[in-house]
Formats: sequence, structure tokens, C-alpha cells
Amino acid sequence: MKKAKIGNQNRHNLAFSFLLICAVIMLFPFVWMILSAFKTSVDVYAYPPRWIPSRWSWDNFSRVFEMIPFLRYYLNSTLTSVIQTALQIVISILGAYSLVHLRWPGQRFMATVMRSSMFVPMVVTMIPMYLLIASLGLLDSYAGIILPQINTAFTTFLLMSYFSSIPKDMIDAAQLDGCGPFGVMMRVVIPNTKGAIATATLFSFLGNWKSYTWPLIATTKEEYRTLPIGLRYLMQESSSEYQVMMAASVMTILPVLILFIFFEKQLVRSITLTGMKT
Amino acid sequence: MNENSSIARKGRIRLFGRVYKTNEVIVGILFILPTLAFLIFTFIIPVVDVIRLSFTNFNMSTGVMKNIGTDNYKYLLNSEDFWHSMWNTVKYSFLKLTLDTGLALFLAVQLDKNVRLKRFLRSTFFAPVVVPMVASSLIWIWFYDPTVGPFNQILQFFGLPASKWLYHESTALISILLFSLWKGVGYNIILFLSGMQNISDSYVEAARLDGASEWQLFWKIKFPLLRPITSFVIMMGIINSFKVFAEINVMTPDGGPLGSTKLIVSYIYELAFSNGRMGRASACALLLFVVIFVLTQIQSLVNAKKSIDVE
Repeated sequence: MKKAKIGNQNRHNLAFSFLLICAVIMLFPFVWMILSAFKTSVDVYAYPPRWIPSRWSWDNFSRVFEMIPFLRYYLNSTLTSVIQTALQIVISILGAYSLVHLRWPGQRFMATVMRSSMFVPMVVTMIPMYLLIASLGLLDSYAGIILPQINTAFTTFLLMSYFSSIPKDMIDAAQLDGCGPFGVMMRVVIPNTKGAIATATLFSFLGNWKSYTWPLIATTKEEYRTLPIGLRYLMQESSSEYQVMMAASVMTILPVLILFIFFEKQLVRSITLTGMKT
Repeated sequence: MNENSSIARKGRIRLFGRVYKTNEVIVGILFILPTLAFLIFTFIIPVVDVIRLSFTNFNMSTGVMKNIGTDNYKYLLNSEDFWHSMWNTVKYSFLKLTLDTGLALFLAVQLDKNVRLKRFLRSTFFAPVVVPMVASSLIWIWFYDPTVGPFNQILQFFGLPASKWLYHESTALISILLFSLWKGVGYNIILFLSGMQNISDSYVEAARLDGASEWQLFWKIKFPLLRPITSFVIMMGIINSFKVFAEINVMTPDGGPLGSTKLIVSYIYELAFSNGRMGRASACALLLFVVIFVLTQIQSLVNAKKSIDVE
């Protein structure tokens, strides 16, 4: 018995060392990015390579603002992501509540269509969508970036899995108190699933924040570019100034990493929930 | 007649042979309307439209639009570019699926043992998943730089020959694959981990008492019980790797050396937005969808069969 335990311990140590090495590999790009953002071009081209900056400088950050309208990109990304997320969440809450707690004819069919929309990749719908947006004169506009990306199936199913866990008794009690369907949603369902709604919000915000293909197609003018698109053009313009690219990356990645550190538990939970249900 | 009116008085309504509460029907449909509107706008209309467009020769730059039947499909199926990018995509997807799933499963099994710093380790694997794609690929573009990139410096340190990474046709696609493994493996680890937490300890204990080795424990107990998750991971893997675009477009904007990183979505993008050939691009997008659909169907059939075998 004792022997087996020691064997287990050794195995765990082996697993732990292996995982630790992998973790270092996973973290290496982030460490490299942060260190390099403070390097001067001398350090970047030094041989043998210099891992730690010889002189810490903030110049790269100001260079980013000189080379591209970084603030404008940031603003565009924030604005489009926030509006898109808000729309998605409101629509998803209404839809999920309607599908879970209300009974009306055709709701099964509705859920099936929504589910199948999750399996059709954006590539398939992108061309007609582009033509439609172009014919509406919405290319190079915030509406043109936001509206085609409103995809509520994912968040609706996520919320449905939380909404359905609300005890029937609670809803019955509210109905006895004279709440109609709207009252039940506002007074029972939403207050009891605040955490879930926050998770869904965060999840769709992160998704919108990093969205690439559609904003690339829908924008031609610089002033409507979102951050990912702007970074792509920065890369083309500053192909050899890696340290400047790193400064831009730091400013893009850090807010997300901070969000991640605070909300990791919720993110993981929502992945496991929708992961299984789909 | 009488009965109907008494039902109506109680606030109930009979529709398609079933009785519903009138206010639930009204509010329910009212609440689903926004969802329905966007579903029509972003899914149903475009899907109908893309099918219609695929039978035309619509060209954005000239404005010509004529029905040409199945000519686009014939053109694509005889086009070397199409098969070249399709073959690249298949190669990429196959490698990505096997490596990503295998690695994620292996790491998840290791994490599932009660190792130290479990939460911290899990977070480090998951962090790249949430980070924006373009920003993180900028880091990797530098890693891959043949002269000042750290990868070649590490190789040289160990006395290994340097590689051209993104800048040679034999290594470009692999380089992007390595990046996307780093970026995505954490997602599947999370899924596998949650699956393993749902496996009842009693199975594992019973197998241990019967003297099963760790190896047997994994293949005879854990792996079969993880089947639904493995199946989901593979399904999503097929869909996601066949539609991969952003990392390809950022890391090799012009299709890579000798077109070695031109995958099918890059080909569609080029047809539609560089050449303006919307009709042909639509046909290509639909062919891609058919491939994805067939593969996922095969996958779920195979999986259904296996599940029955287990029982």
C-alpha cells in the first residue's frame, strides 16, 4: 500500500515537471512580448541576442501612436464591441427566456434553426452579407461592422442552460403574486441569473473584441478600422521594427489578460456548459 | 363553440391542436422577434443568397451578372488553384486535429492527477485562448524571423540548423500550425478536464482495486467515458480548422512562399475581394460547407457506432 503511494507521488512529480515545462512554453511569448516592448532597436538586432532590455525605454509606446491612429482604433474596437455585446445580450436574454419559460407554438423549430445556424461558418454567409451591406451603403460605418456580426445563438443557448435551472416553484410563486410573463422575467429570472448574464456578456465581449474577418472586409477607410485590423496594417508598415509591434501588442493584450485573471472561473464554466450542450 | 369561448375567457388559446396560455404566446413571440429578425438577416437571407449567387457569374468590378448554371462548380472542380488550396486545408486540418486533440487530451490527463499548482497550470494553458489573435500572432512573427527571431537563436544555441520558418514553402504551414496549437490547445484542455471531473471516482477506484495500470485505466475507463467530449472536440475541430483564416492572413498575407499557406478560405477571400468574382467565390464557399458537413456527419456516424459497441 505504502509502495503504491510512493509510486503515485513519483508519477505526480513527473507529470508536474512536464506540465511546468509546458507552462513555461505557454507563458514565454507573453514574457517576451512585455520585455521586448521596452527594448531599443539596438537590443533587438544585438548578437548574441539580448533577452532583457539593456535600457528600459517607453519610446516604443509613443512610436505606436505616431505610426498609426492607435487611439482611434482602440475607440472603434471598444465602441463596436460594447454596442454589439449589449445588443447580443439583450436579445439573448429575451430569446432564452421565451424559449425556456414560455410556451408558444413553433419554439422547437425556432431552436433547431438557431442550432443549425451555429454550424454554418461565417465564410458561407460573408459574401452575400458584404453585398447586402454595400447596397445599403453601410460599408465603412459602425452599423456595417456591428449588425452583421450580431450572432445570438451561442449566448442564447448559454443563457438557456442557466435559465432552465431556476426552480419551477419560484416562478409559480411569482405568478401567484400576480406577475405576468414580463414580471417573472424581470423579478425572478434575471435577478437569479446575474452571474450567468455577466459571464455571457464577458464571453461575447471577448469574442467581439478579437473579431477579425468581418471588420477586415467591411472597412476600407482608416478611421473605421478596429484594433485587430489596425495592428495588421501596423505590421505591414513597420515590418522590421519588432519592438514597436510588441508595444502595440502589449497595449492590446494587457486589458484582456487582466479581465481573464479576474474572470477565469466564469469563462471556464461557460465553456464547459456550452461545450457539452451543443 | 361554447367550450371555445370559455377557454378564451380563462386566457387560453388553442393552436395547432394544443392549448397555450394566451399571454405566454403573445409575450413569447414578442420576445423571440429580435432573435428571429437577426437570424433572418444574418443567416437565412445570406444562405439563400449565397446559393443563388453561386449559379451566377456576378463580378463586382464589372457589374456583370448572368445565370450560368453550374459553370462555377465545373470551373472550380477543374481548377488547380482550388485543389491546391483544398489540399493545403486538408493537410492543415488533419495535422491540427490530431495534434491539438492528442496534446489536449494528454495534458488534461496529467492535470487531472492531483498535481501541485493545478489551477495556475490550467490558467497558463488557457490564457492564450482569450488573447486577441492578431496581437499574439505579431509576437510569433518575430519568433519566426530567420535572422533576429529567438527560435533560430535557440536552434543555433543547441547547434541545430536554422530554419526559414514562415519564409520557406516547406515550413510555412507548419509554423502557422505551431502558433495555432499554442493559441488553441487550452480550449480543448478545459473541455477534457471538465469531462474527466464528471467520471465517477467509483469506476476509477474499482479498476485500481482490480490492479489496472494507469495506462489501462486511461484506455479502458476514462477514454470510453470521455467519448461524447472527444466527439464534440473533433466536430468543432473540423469546423474551425477548415474555416481558418485570420492567422493565415496575418502571418502570411500573400499566401506564403509559393502559395504554400493558401488555404481554402484565403482562396475564397481572394476570389471575392481581390478579383471581385462573387459568384465563383460563393460556389467555392458552398463547396467548403459541403466538405465540412460531410466530414462532421461521418464523424458523428462513426461515433454513434462506437458508442453502441461500448454498451
